[in-house]
Amino acid sequence: MNNVNFLLCGVGGQGTILASDVLTQVGVQAGYDAKKAEVHGMAQRGGSVTSHVRWAEKVYSPLIAKGEVDVLVAFEKLEALRHIEFLRPGGTVVVNDHEIIPITVTSGGAEYPDDEHIRAVLAEVTGDVRWVDGMTIAEELGNVRAANVVLLGALSSLLDVPESIWLEVIEKRVPARYVELNRSAFRRGREAIVSG
Amino acid sequence: MKVLLSANEAVARGGWEAGVEVASAYPGTPSTEILESFARYPDVYAEWATNEKVAMDVAIGAAYAGRRALTCMKHVGLNVAADAFFYASMTGLEAGLVFVSADDPQMHSSQNEQDNRHYAKFARVPCLEPSDSQEAKELVGVALEISEQFDTPVLLRLTTRLCHTDTLVELGERVTKPPTVEKYPRNPAKYVMVPGNARKKHPIIEERIRQLAEFAETFPHNRIEWGQRDLGIVTCGVAYQYAKEVFPEASVLRLGMTYPLPRQMVRDFAAQVERLVVLEELDPFLEEEIRLMGVEVYSGPEPYEGGKSIFPACGELDPGVVRQAAITAGLLPPSAAAPVPQLEKRELPARPPVLCPGCPHRSVFVELRRSKLPIQGDIGCYTLGLLPPLSSIHTCGCMGAGIGVAHGADVAGDEERHVAVIGDSTFFHTGMPALLNVVYNRGKSITVIMDNRITAMTGHQDNPSTGKTLQGQETVKIDFEPLVRALGVEEVHVVDAYDVKAVRDAFKACRQHDGPSVLITRRECALLPEVRRTWLPLRIDPEKCVACWTCIRTGCPALRKSEEIFEKTGRQKAEIDPLLCTGCELCAQLCPNGAILFRDQMGE
Repeated sequence: MNNVNFLLCGVGGQGTILASDVLTQVGVQAGYDAKKAEVHGMAQRGGSVTSHVRWAEKVYSPLIAKGEVDVLVAFEKLEALRHIEFLRPGGTVVVNDHEIIPITVTSGGAEYPDDEHIRAVLAEVTGDVRWVDGMTIAEELGNVRAANVVLLGALSSLLDVPESIWLEVIEKRVPARYVELNRSAFRRGREAIVSG
Repeated sequence: MKVLLSANEAVARGGWEAGVEVASAYPGTPSTEILESFARYPDVYAEWATNEKVAMDVAIGAAYAGRRALTCMKHVGLNVAADAFFYASMTGLEAGLVFVSADDPQMHSSQNEQDNRHYAKFARVPCLEPSDSQEAKELVGVALEISEQFDTPVLLRLTTRLCHTDTLVELGERVTKPPTVEKYPRNPAKYVMVPGNARKKHPIIEERIRQLAEFAETFPHNRIEWGQRDLGIVTCGVAYQYAKEVFPEASVLRLGMTYPLPRQMVRDFAAQVERLVVLEELDPFLEEEIRLMGVEVYSGPEPYEGGKSIFPACGELDPGVVRQAAITAGLLPPSAAAPVPQLEKRELPARPPVLCPGCPHRSVFVELRRSKLPIQGDIGCYTLGLLPPLSSIHTCGCMGAGIGVAHGADVAGDEERHVAVIGDSTFFHTGMPALLNVVYNRGKSITVIMDNRITAMTGHQDNPSTGKTLQGQETVKIDFEPLVRALGVEEVHVVDAYDVKAVRDAFKACRQHDGPSVLITRRECALLPEVRRTWLPLRIDPEKCVACWTCIRTGCPALRKSEEIFEKTGRQKAEIDPLLCTGCELCAQLCPNGAILFRDQMGE
């Protein structure tokens, strides 16, 4: 079994916490010790949200130091850029090709970085950046809120854990009326990686 | 069976398994989920109290009545409950009593990062600190046993990192005991703390803490994990995890009881290692206790000048911070840190917490901003009115502070009209005595009660205005208007927070009134499930938009600048993000050109 450190980041309301709950439980069911630490601020929605998830035979620290994340899962592009220092050089980035404009850009003077800059900085740390069009896929499935599970599907294709465990955990975690939607979102995600 | 639980959920589970029958608390991040989780177990009583002091009194009353009881709060909540904390230490109890304090290193959602271990020492109460969820669960039961054995309440201290981290926990069964008393005690020598009784009690609690220090020597949650002897680390709480992560070879003395200390155990450990360091979050609480014992603590290459050695006193620790501090102090070679690449990264736009789309507080802040008056804030979602572009909160200290601060500036003779804003739950918490004080002392400040029908910021908890208890029972639904009238306020206005003109007119009336006034702005939090079902995204007619950005200056995250340019000024027109807009119509009411469609125009 390989130890894996994951950092999930996104914007409040995107389902980052649900995704990290699923990822942690999948780790447990795959036989790891697992810990999940949520880091979120005050607002219910709109702020940056990150979650540290660690899989290992024995996990001590719930937090991962900068430079020691193996897989960075970003539900939003700017958040990928904000947290890229956490990734160990050569680690993997799974990023949702989606932007959510922060209030500091809309009503302040700040500027949202262009794609070229984002790609260039990510490339300074690693060659392994996997772009996923999570929003488009979720829209096709009829509910943009399923984008987080599309990303989980994409992530799962990089990990050596049986699909059945993922589906079992997801089904337990989401409300019954959304099980079918999330199952489809997960399956589409597994085939959705567009390489960087 | 092992399940993933946060330490909050684990404390709830631990309380249930150990036979806690009564729990009372006021919500506060990072502690809130303890009671939410406890309330769902069978055969327990759990309530949201109006504030932390009331909650603690309730738990104390239950323990006097011979039932195991628990209260929990965020760290600053213990300031509110401090009076009760101290008398409970003096009286003792009839059944186990645990006070849970959830401290917030890094101030993820707090105004300070006070270290509540000091309260334990201050009140002569033992302090237990778990290092993960499993231990958090166990320590609740252990705390109750200690409480009963030594006739003392016990402080169980958590920190945000434990509260909001899920780790594996082995579940057990519930063990209940019959009440420890047949009849509520009539024992004034023990329970009536008049000076004559209290003077006799003080030596008893000093002796109690001495006995607890002896007990700590063999307490199984104080343990030594021997490794190499060149470095010995005394640690506690989540810092233990960082010690194991960063110094896997070192010897570790892990303290599960951080007050009082097992002095002999510490001395023996110190004697058997070459260098002794203390790894703890926030204050040098253990370090100072250990230094006071005359034990040498390694403080790095520089001579010790007081305070905390090696690891920072400010902010939360993590393995990166611990490793870096250890390198600086010469405990680890520079090569121990993972290289952090220097990236060619531009400055990134921050993503601060914001008032949500559809938030009913927004209209009030738009009006307050227009007034240019000094606004005293309070603790709740509405504190976010501080941020640009609303920028309408000028002070915010603690729960219930705003009304008193506004009155203080008013009676000091400050010429501007002072305004305090406070939420519904915060008004119940500590706002009521402050408003009564304004009325009684002939003040003139304006109090705005932003009534969004729920305790919102901590994640939608019920309160006395919602008509529901924590355990889902129907109850009274307190209405603010008769309440503030009963407090003596004559000028009272109640308006719909979504009605911009009504808010404006009522606020104007308050300013014109020569005396204290209250403006109640009422509208449900837009995130409540029943409100979500009514969301209807609005649209801007680009033909009519003149790019004046009045809508954007409400700070609503659903509004943004579009690609389309208004020819005359060359500025970007506004557009609405349909994924975020709830259809509150605030922007539609403010738009000077009628460019934003109202709900009933959306069909057109």
